[in-house]
Amino acid sequence: MPAKPRILFCHCNYARVVPDEVKSSVLEGLCKSGQAFDAVADLCEMAARRDPALKRLAAGESPVKIAACYPRAVKWLFGGCQAPLNAEHTEVVNMRELNAEDATNTVLNKTLTPNLPADGSVAKVEGEKKI
Amino acid sequence: MAIAEETTLRIILYEGEGAEKLATNERSSTLLALLEKGYAVTCAGEGKVSQADESSLLVLGRFNNGKVPDAEDVNGLVSIRFKDINGHNPEEITQLVEEERENSKAAKHGDWKPWFPVIDYDRCTNCMQCLSFCLFDVYGTDDKQEIQVQNNDNCKTNCPACSRVCPEAAIMFPKYKSGPINGDVVSDGDLNREKMKIDISALLGGDVYQMLRDRSQRSRSRFSKERDSDKALGERTKCLTKLAAEADIDIPLEVLQSLPSADEIAKKAEAANAKAEAALNAQKN
Ligand code: SF4
Ligand code: SF4
Repeated sequence: MPAKPRILFCHCNYARVVPDEVKSSVLEGLCKSGQAFDAVADLCEMAARRDPALKRLAAGESPVKIAACYPRAVKWLFGGCQAPLNAEHTEVVNMRELNAEDATNTVLNKTLTPNLPADGSVAKVEGEKKI
Repeated sequence: MAIAEETTLRIILYEGEGAEKLATNERSSTLLALLEKGYAVTCAGEGKVSQADESSLLVLGRFNNGKVPDAEDVNGLVSIRFKDINGHNPEEITQLVEEERENSKAAKHGDWKPWFPVIDYDRCTNCMQCLSFCLFDVYGTDDKQEIQVQNNDNCKTNCPACSRVCPEAAIMFPKYKSGPINGDVVSDGDLNREKMKIDISALLGGDVYQMLRDRSQRSRSRFSKERDSDKALGERTKCLTKLAAEADIDIPLEVLQSLPSADEIAKKAEAANAKAEAALNAQKN
């Protein structure tokens, strides 16, 4: 059985870009679940100060689910601080795009669907939005 | 002053052996209060969390009889402190933590909205246009002459201008309101959009100042005797607002108003250009 993903939750403190109801629902769900998780106030702030903690948050062999915003932004917030995420083991749950219920279920669900953009090719947006 | 390269205080919310479990609502309200003050919190429970590093740990728990454990890192690398939170509400807990933070080397939060460019290196072609565009020394190059964001707190809050000069749509501001600047996928349409590309001189140089000169010339002839500094400021505001609206760019007015003088802009642009030139030449060699 694949290892259960570790969870990292970003509270996006310093701007209201992630809807409050989505953040609260995910956080509530995590607190109820009895599952261990890491929560940070604002990944952007950590990247701005090149916080060494990003290295520990990115590292590790086990797969990780990151509840934050767009996968491309999250990839390069870490990448720009020499704390690269492992593309095969990382799923970013986009709390800017998903509704509260879907975001919470995706974070708590034990399967991992890696979704970091792999290269710079122009994304094909055929009617449906990729997140 | 550049934002300090400091680490965030890591807090562990401990509910294991020797401590009482928190009710779900207590756990979430404590966690929320700590996150809102900028801390990183690890909630212990079932499954893995991120590994330990060398930053200090503050372990919070409702320890049995208020007796905090006596533990230390066997390797002596990590400083571990414990705080009993029996009888404290979330607000009091954040105060306790703040006192601990002041005694540690951990970062103080919330002084600056984290607004700065994030480069998508999958897309970036190292063309240096952002470096020659930015007048505030946000960009620089690393020792391999590759573009790098160096002074992120020099960036003007809410100004996404440099992302629009990037021909590859490789510059993101994760807290921006819309895509692809916020990190959303880049479509063919985004790349073709004319407004992704703005000429520096049109935006920050010649046109703004020419327009100001023309307007002030006109108004001088009309109101030469009544002009005062308030009016001059009003002129500048009106002119810049109009220009920003015409160009359909959402550069905040405060940013436009705080631009240096035309001469200073020319000097800064020249210096930034020279840096970009040098980096491009070094890439060729
Ligand atoms: S990574 Fe995304 S969710 Fe987190 S602070 Fe930055 S913009 Fe907000
Ligand atoms: S303008 Fe864009 S492609 Fe060119 S160096 Fe800057 S980020 Fe890279």
